[in-house]
Amino acid sequence: MKRANWQELIWVVIIVALAAFWPMMVNGYWLGIGVDMMMYIALATSWVLFSGPTHYISLASAAFFGVGGFIVGTGMSDYDASFWSMLALSALVGGVLAALIGLATLRLSGVYFVIFTLGLAEMIRNLVSWVQNNFLGSRGLYVLTDFTDTHLYWMLLATAAAVYVLGWIISRSRLGFALRIIGGDETVARHVGINTAMAKVILFTTTGIFGAIVGAIIAPRWSYIEPNQVFSPQLSFFVVIMALLGGSGRLWGPVVGVIPFLLIWNWVDANFPHQSILVLGLAFLVIVYFLPHGFVGRIEQLRAHLRSRS
Amino acid sequence: MKPSGTILSVKNVTKRFGGLVAVSNMSFDVAQHEMVGVIGPNGSGKTTMINMISGAHKPSDGRIALRGRLISDQQPQNIARAGIGRTFQLVRLLPDLTVLENVMAGAVYGHRRRWGRDAEDFAHDVLERVGMDAMSDAPISSLTYIDQKRVELARTLAGEPEVLLLDEWLAGLNPTELETGIELIHALRDEGRTVVLVEHVMDAIRSLCDRCVVMSSGAKIAEGTPEEVLSDKEVVRAYLGDDDA
Repeated sequence: MKRANWQELIWVVIIVALAAFWPMMVNGYWLGIGVDMMMYIALATSWVLFSGPTHYISLASAAFFGVGGFIVGTGMSDYDASFWSMLALSALVGGVLAALIGLATLRLSGVYFVIFTLGLAEMIRNLVSWVQNNFLGSRGLYVLTDFTDTHLYWMLLATAAAVYVLGWIISRSRLGFALRIIGGDETVARHVGINTAMAKVILFTTTGIFGAIVGAIIAPRWSYIEPNQVFSPQLSFFVVIMALLGGSGRLWGPVVGVIPFLLIWNWVDANFPHQSILVLGLAFLVIVYFLPHGFVGRIEQLRAHLRSRS
Repeated sequence: MKPSGTILSVKNVTKRFGGLVAVSNMSFDVAQHEMVGVIGPNGSGKTTMINMISGAHKPSDGRIALRGRLISDQQPQNIARAGIGRTFQLVRLLPDLTVLENVMAGAVYGHRRRWGRDAEDFAHDVLERVGMDAMSDAPISSLTYIDQKRVELARTLAGEPEVLLLDEWLAGLNPTELETGIELIHALRDEGRTVVLVEHVMDAIRSLCDRCVVMSSGAKIAEGTPEEVLSDKEVVRAYLGDDDA
């Protein structure tokens, strides 16, 4: 990921301010899509923090997201805990879980890392299901709050903005530069003095924290939570596809990937409900054949082209 | 500058890969400001020796110390920070970064941990030093082989190492490039740098090295000035076989 500049941060402030008015301008259907978009923007941007520069494709998003949703569900349903304390606990558990996964997968690279993260997410889903069925008594959990979609939208917008600003800070730091070097050649990274293990674990941990926070925030929307629903592996694939479609070389890549993808997805889902999964496959083909660096790559190409003509 | 005082010491170092002994009971010292050549036929364990000093491999036995401090139990990143820099036999650059960023990578996490403007300026200085500053914004893919080697050397120098390890830095260069390359290493020598170089180019060894360590089948078979070792019977036999000795 390239080092971000100040101009980029000003754009973020303007866009976040404008996006905050979305709930006042639209009806319930479009607000729902807005909530989905903010959720995936936050998830995909936090995914890009780690996977963008290092090229480690993680399919563990569902694990962190699920942990967040499940903690909020269990806490509020079975222990009368408040939403906010469970949100904080989710962030903590998501972070610890990601750090453990990071430490366990440090020696893996390429396809082994991909498969391991997918398998691990599935294992966590089954483990949580098993614990809930055998020890916690209830199969489903009720999350009842006073939050409306508008509140969720704003919380997710704030989370997405926080992820972005964190990414912006990292991209200008020693740590951000270290990740680009690790993505280029890990052996070189070690020999110029970078503690590669530490750098990777720190970044993967932030991905885990934000994944869990997003899962926790979205939990009240469902009212009724079941492990198979919040740990759905489809979510992990969605995050990866949207991030790659937008382009993982820039922090704003996921934003330009999530919006068109979800608009198409929703339209197909409304008109051809049984064919919607096709969109996922088609998006993947488009990335491989036409957008190897996502929309970001094309936009930058166009920019360079315009600059050279003027 | 005259060599003075041991800075790097290798003592009874052995490396086994499963049943294969790649390096066996090697010992040698490197003095400050000294240029030491590690030579020997292909497969004699020279690169493995360099890899153990830089931390890429851990010795199975024995110890390597920098200024008396044990480094052979450390990770490569700690050894780099302690002050040992290296180049690779097959050039390793970061293709997604510019020439300047590649060199900054050495300055930022190395011995002195520069950052920001300081790191940038220093990277420019080092590029200037190897004659590559005009290319500092170029993408790596546009560089010729010698230029890639120069950038890699600049990255290593940017870490301000106390000991520089050059693994066949002159290999693969054409005759004109070779001349430029030898000149560059000569300049390093004149600066008084401490260098351990693995090399096959005999002309370079004769003109550059204060001392040579000769390896064959993983073991040291001779040590001394280039003239001494290159006329040593054992060394000639290792290179050319029994009949010619």
